[in-house]
Amino acid sequence: MSPTPTPLIEVNQVSLLDGSRFLLQDISLTLQANQIVSLVGPNGAGKTSLVKVILGLTLPTTGKVTRRAGLRVGYMPQKILIEPLFPLTVQGFLQLGQTCSKPTLQAILEEVGVTHVLQQPLRSVSGGEFQRVLLARALLRQPELLVLDEPAQGVDLIGQGELYDLIAKVRERYHCGILLVSHDLNMVMAQTDIVVCLNQHICCSGHPDKVSRDPAFAALFGKTAQAVAFYTHRHDHHHDVHGQVITQDKDKHD
Amino acid sequence: MIELWQNWDLRYLAPAFIGGTGVAIVSGPLGAMMVWRRLAYFGDTLSHSGLLGITLALALHINITLGVCAIALLVALGLLGLQQKLLVASDTLLGLLSHTTLALGLLILATMERIQVDVLGFLYGDILALTWQDVGWIYLGGVIVILLLMRLWQSLLRVTVDPDLAQVEGVPVKRVQATYLLLLAIVVAVAIKIVGVLLITALLLIPATTARPWAHSPEKMAVYASIFGIISVMVGIISSHFWDVPTGPAIVVSSTFLLLITLCIKK
Repeated sequence: MSPTPTPLIEVNQVSLLDGSRFLLQDISLTLQANQIVSLVGPNGAGKTSLVKVILGLTLPTTGKVTRRAGLRVGYMPQKILIEPLFPLTVQGFLQLGQTCSKPTLQAILEEVGVTHVLQQPLRSVSGGEFQRVLLARALLRQPELLVLDEPAQGVDLIGQGELYDLIAKVRERYHCGILLVSHDLNMVMAQTDIVVCLNQHICCSGHPDKVSRDPAFAALFGKTAQAVAFYTHRHDHHHDVHGQVITQDKDKHD
Repeated sequence: MIELWQNWDLRYLAPAFIGGTGVAIVSGPLGAMMVWRRLAYFGDTLSHSGLLGITLALALHINITLGVCAIALLVALGLLGLQQKLLVASDTLLGLLSHTTLALGLLILATMERIQVDVLGFLYGDILALTWQDVGWIYLGGVIVILLLMRLWQSLLRVTVDPDLAQVEGVPVKRVQATYLLLLAIVVAVAIKIVGVLLITALLLIPATTARPWAHSPEKMAVYASIFGIISVMVGIISSHFWDVPTGPAIVVSSTFLLLITLCIKK
């Protein structure tokens, strides 16, 4: 790897105004390949606005967003509402607008841990399964940048841990840059390279260790910030999507 | 005996059968898309604007189908524009445009004393008065709509699932949405003669809803919707012939009847 590779995305002094109100103020940040950047901040901090600017869905009022030429982006939106009258199966969803063989689909679903949902209607899968299906669709595009907006939404605590582990694995495997939006400090602090703390403007950013000691971070998140700072989660066993325990040693559970 | 035989002479219904089938075929996929995208009220607004299109066309002596299509398209694009400008809930905006255009149409109609037009015919449709020329228009419009729809189908489905995701994946979302509205405007224009201004949305919505429990993929649902639409048109025309009831409402009631049967069979 060259010492200064072209960044995937460069955000330069971006501001976004809604009338006279600042949604985003003077944001500059860089997303590199093979790096997990987490965007944290309280509700209404402008996290989703920033994601939309980065993705090119919203034009910034001032400032500039530069994407590397031909950048392949995988996007996992915060929430997708499927109309009950829309008869789309998971397989149909994954194949929308792209042709991929059934073994490819099986493989990708296996990677995210939900092979059993392939033939199910998209509406009937659970919150955690749905998030994984969304991730699978993003991965099918062989992304160079993966943008995940609140990926653990509607997923229970154990499922959240699993999901974040999965995201870490994805980075190792695809060597893509990951932009992760979350308000869940626990998970974010354990798994990311750079934390960007947003409240309209960037309060502080850097390595989790550094950020967690930053007074601005403590001011924004209050006491929760200290409690989570050095959380790293360890499991002696883990759970699948249904919450069932998967252990190496089956005898123990008899 | 002769009278009884004459009652079974359905030849004069041929344009109605063939034209109605054409409209039902295009209404299937377009109606399914309307249901998925929650655009039912939008369709209503477009069709109500149809009356304005008809009256303007009569006043300006241009082809009625073209007039309706043009006005429906203007309303559709106006809606797209206004939605981003005004801070009004979209159903409020739709109601506003829908009834304004309907009222304008009725006003203009009332001022045109010279022209003897059958207003009820426009409101409820008069499929039995279809000429072969009308049928030609229906199939011309229908072929254009189906071809465009086939090209756009995947993109439309992606926009339906999630516009943001589609945009990030490179779908030209705005253009796709605008084209769908164009297609809808064309269908409204050609369908207005079949079921009239007030009932067009029914022909789009009801067969699509009926198709849902039978279908496990978007494409199947679109095709089934067309089939249910064709059956409704046939049953409507035949019952109107034998019991002397207005055809447009008969078609709509037939389609509702199919929906009820479906709901009874499928859980």
